Amino acid sequence: MRIFFIVFIFLISCSGKDDSASKVDIFSEQGILLLGNGTEPSGIDPHIVTGVPEHKILLALLEGLVIFNPKNNGVLPGVASDWSISKDGLIYTFTFNPDAKWTNGEIVKPEHFVYSWERILSSELGAQYADMLYVIKNAESFHKGQIRDFNQVGVSAFKNKLVVTLENPTPYFLNILTHYATWPVHPETVEKFGGMISRNNQWTRVNNFIGNGPFKLDSWEINKSLKVTRNDLYWGNDFNKINGIEFLPIDNELTQDRLFRSGGIHLANTVPTEKIKRYREERPNELIEHNYFGTYYYRINTNKPPLNDVNFRRALSLSIDRDLIVKSILKGNQKVSYSFTPPDENSYDPNTQLEFNPVKAKLLLEESGYDINNPPLEVLYNTSEGHQKIAQAIQEMWKKHLGLNVVLTNVDWKVYLSRETQGEFDISRAGWIGDYPDPFTFLDMMVTDRGNNKTGWSNSSYDEILINAASKISTVKRYELYEEAEKILIDELPVIPLYTYTRTYLLNERVKNWQNNILDTNPYQFLSLE
Amino acid sequence: MIQLILKRLLTYIPVLLVVVIITFLMIHAAPGGPFDAERVASPEIIEKLNEAYDLDKPIHVQIYKYLYNAIQGDFGPSFKYPGRTVSELIMSGLPTTIELALYSILFAIFLGVISGLLASLNPGKILDIVPMSISLLGICIPSIILGPVLVLIFGIWYEVLPVYGWGDNPGDKILPTITLGTAYAAIFARLTRGGMLEVLGQDFIRTARAKGLSEIRIVVVHALRGGILPVISFLGPAIAGLLAGSFVVETIFQINGVGRFYVQAAFNRDYMMILGTSILFTFMTLTFVLISDIMASFLNPTLRDSGGLE
Repeated sequence: MRIFFIVFIFLISCSGKDDSASKVDIFSEQGILLLGNGTEPSGIDPHIVTGVPEHKILLALLEGLVIFNPKNNGVLPGVASDWSISKDGLIYTFTFNPDAKWTNGEIVKPEHFVYSWERILSSELGAQYADMLYVIKNAESFHKGQIRDFNQVGVSAFKNKLVVTLENPTPYFLNILTHYATWPVHPETVEKFGGMISRNNQWTRVNNFIGNGPFKLDSWEINKSLKVTRNDLYWGNDFNKINGIEFLPIDNELTQDRLFRSGGIHLANTVPTEKIKRYREERPNELIEHNYFGTYYYRINTNKPPLNDVNFRRALSLSIDRDLIVKSILKGNQKVSYSFTPPDENSYDPNTQLEFNPVKAKLLLEESGYDINNPPLEVLYNTSEGHQKIAQAIQEMWKKHLGLNVVLTNVDWKVYLSRETQGEFDISRAGWIGDYPDPFTFLDMMVTDRGNNKTGWSNSSYDEILINAASKISTVKRYELYEEAEKILIDELPVIPLYTYTRTYLLNERVKNWQNNILDTNPYQFLSLE
Repeated sequence: MIQLILKRLLTYIPVLLVVVIITFLMIHAAPGGPFDAERVASPEIIEKLNEAYDLDKPIHVQIYKYLYNAIQGDFGPSFKYPGRTVSELIMSGLPTTIELALYSILFAIFLGVISGLLASLNPGKILDIVPMSISLLGICIPSIILGPVLVLIFGIWYEVLPVYGWGDNPGDKILPTITLGTAYAAIFARLTRGGMLEVLGQDFIRTARAKGLSEIRIVVVHALRGGILPVISFLGPAIAGLLAGSFVVETIFQINGVGRFYVQAAFNRDYMMILGTSILFTFMTLTFVLISDIMASFLNPTLRDSGGLE
């Protein structure tokens, strides 16, 4: 034991910190951001990947026609320095910035976007986000193989302009363009390393990658780090103060938390729930909490009795004390949901209500004629302590207020997804984060037979309102129609919204100009380090 | 001896074949597929994806194709990481995992054998009771607890050791090595003590003492050779266990080893990766057990001719 102790002391004495400066201090001086980025990215091909960690990396490496404005959720010029919209709202003409270049020095041309959009819309590629471009004329038909000629799709290049024709006036089209699915790839590079429709394309490898973002790919060690450095050819370098970013794939939130506390990263993208309170008390300046464009809800299988009875569904919703869930279980500043789409007081703020009224709930349950001695219904959720706590609370509320028995079933993530998609559930927990800042990203989901509807619910008035809204140029009128649709949804309750998500993470105080926005997106070129 | 080793190597073939077939059937029987996602892809897209990865073919065709390619060293593409092959991903993490396992086993042998030795030479005394009690604790505390506790003490309170990484910062290999190796050190300590006590009670030791040999010579030259046999026999399964069990330590310390793929692949239903890692860990388990059998047969002449390797 003594020998071991001596060796151990020796090991400790010849390791550890040389001085008091942490890694974050040293890297801040060099202008390099260290970001905890959740899981290892599955890739960096904007037309194939689908996750948040991938988005965070692509934000550094590629740039679309417009850039997300972190201050107001709007857009700023990107590859397109300017654009015009026809009076009917159907034709968008983007003028390209002559200084927008690829990392190999070539100018980014409108043809590159035509190629890129043809690529994502080619069904052979199997792109899961291709439907983001369905607002473009004939894009859906091309993607589904109903038309073969891409020239019939509403996108064309003309000198230094890209002309996009839409199916319907889509005032949020510019917002959609902030999504990476619409960002360009360098055609020659893609062709060289596998071709347009190859999922096995090698163009994203470090030595092959050609991008057009504010940073270029420097190194990528799987499960270790992905490093990007400043792209000297980037057109907007005048305001870019960051020299490089290191994305660390840390999927364990406790590891990430420890790393943050020991000064190893500027940003930990999650905080263990049990530590939020302590951070609030001890390090409030580093704990960031803000609204997120996402809703946590319970999905109801409306194909199954008694859940096909609207009164039964209303009874379920009326007997849930959302305040209690938010304040006593979540404790993370989440907001109680009164609508399916997260409200924004500055834009879409639907006047819908989801009250807690056990007396009314009991009456509605009686009205539905449901016999509480029937076999219990099942609440399905993917294994997670957080989901379990909420499910247990709701189980207790339904038992207490309605006398209703439900069983809780937790399953592995893929089993959960499979059962939901196959309709093999009664009630399941669900969550949805908007892809772009418009209510349509939520409401469209509940249209009849949409893949993400999963409830079997169908309402022709609801579908018609959304079709009608699509043709409205005026945002005010469109939002009015959305509110009507939202009311139908909240009245019929194929989904029972519980709360609006809050993003909670840790940010080192050296990072400046960080904006707390509902999409949790901060283009890195607007940040600085002190 | 060489013939026996070759014979053992031949048994790899049926074992690996059975592992592949059973794994294949199990992963296909498991509910949920690789392309199930929160944001549901259209049936057309799922169809294209299934086509792209041959999942639209009957299962026996898939197994045949997989085996045919695997024999040629192609373990297929990863579903989770498009554009990357399973071999490539495994090779990206394998050296680190092997290094971690090697350091941990050396640490475990060093600590385990010394404490086991001390205990066996002082049975019933404080030098026996204390190390054996600590070793019992070592076996009982899982690495998922030990790792964060060590991090808290040495990484956060005293700030003397880095809390993540492998080979990036000075001293960052110490905590993962200790975390992974401790449980095995504890087992080795108990095995050494047991083996040594048995040998020390035998006639040839008494003879050696009667001949007036020094105690150190008796222990190191004569007794240890036999006393350490249980440790050697356990070495193979221990290394295999360390490799497979490195997942937890790799996660705690953010180490880019292959253990993380092993578990994540199952969650992601990354069929090719599950198969690739299963084959790898089966192969390594067989190999390390074989190596430890060879070592044991060298130390124990009674095993040399047949027993140890059959």
